[in-house]
Amino acid sequence: MTASLVTSTQGDAVDWRSVVSRLFPEGHDIVQDGDLLTGSGRCGGETLAVVGTIHHAALGVEISLAMAQYILKIVREYPGRPLLLLIDTQGQRLRQRDELLGIHRYVALISKAIQVARDRGHRVIGLVYDQGVSGGILASAFSADVCGALPGAEIRVMNLPAMARITRIPEEQLRELSRKSPVFAPDPHNYVQMGAVDSIWEGDLAQCLQDALNRAQANDHRARLALERGGRLLAGRIARRVADDA
Amino acid sequence: MTPRVVGVVASGNLEVLIEPATLDGACAFDIDTPARGFARVWQAVISDFFARHRLGDVRISINDNGATPATVALRLDQAVEEYRGVSQR
Amino acid sequence: MRHRSFYEATARQRIVEILDAHSFAELVGPEQRTVSPHMQALQLPVAFDDGVVVGRGTLHTKPVLIAAQEGGFVGGAVGEVHGAKIVGLLERARRERPAAALLLIDSGGVRLHEANAGLIAVSEIIRAILAARSDGVTIIAAIGGASGCFGGMGIAAACCSAVVMSEEGRLALSGPEVIETAHGVEEFDSRDRALVWRTMGGKYRYLLEDCDVLVDGDMEGFRAGIAAAMEAPQSLTLEALEREQAMLARRLQIFGSSRDGRDVWRTLGWPNPETVPLVPTDVFLAQAAALRAA
Repeated sequence: MTASLVTSTQGDAVDWRSVVSRLFPEGHDIVQDGDLLTGSGRCGGETLAVVGTIHHAALGVEISLAMAQYILKIVREYPGRPLLLLIDTQGQRLRQRDELLGIHRYVALISKAIQVARDRGHRVIGLVYDQGVSGGILASAFSADVCGALPGAEIRVMNLPAMARITRIPEEQLRELSRKSPVFAPDPHNYVQMGAVDSIWEGDLAQCLQDALNRAQANDHRARLALERGGRLLAGRIARRVADDA
Repeated sequence: MTPRVVGVVASGNLEVLIEPATLDGACAFDIDTPARGFARVWQAVISDFFARHRLGDVRISINDNGATPATVALRLDQAVEEYRGVSQR
Repeated sequence: MRHRSFYEATARQRIVEILDAHSFAELVGPEQRTVSPHMQALQLPVAFDDGVVVGRGTLHTKPVLIAAQEGGFVGGAVGEVHGAKIVGLLERARRERPAAALLLIDSGGVRLHEANAGLIAVSEIIRAILAARSDGVTIIAAIGGASGCFGGMGIAAACCSAVVMSEEGRLALSGPEVIETAHGVEEFDSRDRALVWRTMGGKYRYLLEDCDVLVDGDMEGFRAGIAAAMEAPQSLTLEALEREQAMLARRLQIFGSSRDGRDVWRTLGWPNPETVPLVPTDVFLAQAAALRAA
């Protein structure tokens, strides 16, 4: 008897169309192909490239490759065009076939493509609009210059039953921690405090997107934000010491 | 004398950090251990340790993860060897 | 003589034996007591170096920066402090410009006990690897310990300039137990060691070209393999990634319906897939040279 790690069904997923229309009141041509979203949208007079996932997508080799290929196509064909990663994922697909094919490589290609885009002057924005889980979010929204989240989003490394099994910490204790501890609760506000989410996007999403584009810069400043906001007090300091100590 | 550490905080194991300290010739022990109620066992291990090594102005700090007294004694001896520079390399 | 087993050694022993003798100087060492506040909050044992040793040294007289994860401490998993030490090392590499930054990865991925902080820490490592590479730093991932290279560290390894593995090493995104928990033992029997190694083990990854250099599992093997990897790192350019995506697309086409590592080996032309685990490294490499996926 095994507990399934697959999270809630498509029925209660946030509707991507409503998010997209709030992000791009100036217009967009984003289309869905299975769990993959691609297209472009207008924001502040600029055209952005958009790539993303829907229905709590499980990131397997095919969709990971498609996302990376799309990003590389944008870099090749639209120099400098900003990129928005619109993310709803239950994490990587947990199947033997994907591991056999080297899914870690496919998923890493997304992050590498984002880095090349960044190096070539593309601003990269991530938005977790529903679920953001482990490998799925590491590859995408957490690889962006700036990551936002909708207020109802959830960001986590793993579901509780699996965490309990691996850590041998009783599930009830983890549940309690998930309610009370900012380190365990998947609430995106915790991630804001800990520096990984730049801000929660509410109300005028087009404005939030514009603000994110204005804030985007190439260096990873999440540890500095974490120190300013008090969510992680050690990361920035220890990195600094290792980087600078004689 | 430079600080040295031996061992790994794996299950059934421990790490021992040994470093110079100004203690008027004394030797200090700091032990972080998950299991309660073993103070006397630790005391015995430390006493045995002192019977083997005369150490002064040294602080020994331990992160224990359920090691047996025999493993603790072994690591302590290894730590002293490393500290004194009597090691394989 | 460096014939000690890499797999059996601690992180500190690996560093001492792989680098030139007496060249290693640790940064922010255990006497600094940079323990994990999150493990303390859970009343779990801590390690003075939080399970990763970082510092500088030389390899064949070339200056290198090195991080070695201790797979024995919480499975080498990455927490806030642990991750920050690796990030700091990579930031240092951008300034010091060593011949390479070496990451001896022995990790199950995110330290679940640190949940959100662990996830962010791994993300910061991935970003730091990529930023350093964009700056021209060569980063070598070396994998051969008991905890393997899983989770976010699997992504991190694939972001490095090159991957060096021994046969004992495992490289994947999700570990066998996680797959089995999700979809049952029929999907993946995590206790079937032969299955695990022909899905994610060093020899398999080498044939699939997710590992650039395959070495014998002793210290001299890793020393030589890392040095070789440093000679021919892959660059992070649009052209290089376009080639990589084409290769991965082809891989999907050719092996997308393979059921098992043995099918992959058979498709590659390996005469007796069952024998792959038994073949000594040098013989394996000679045979593989002809058969490695294009």
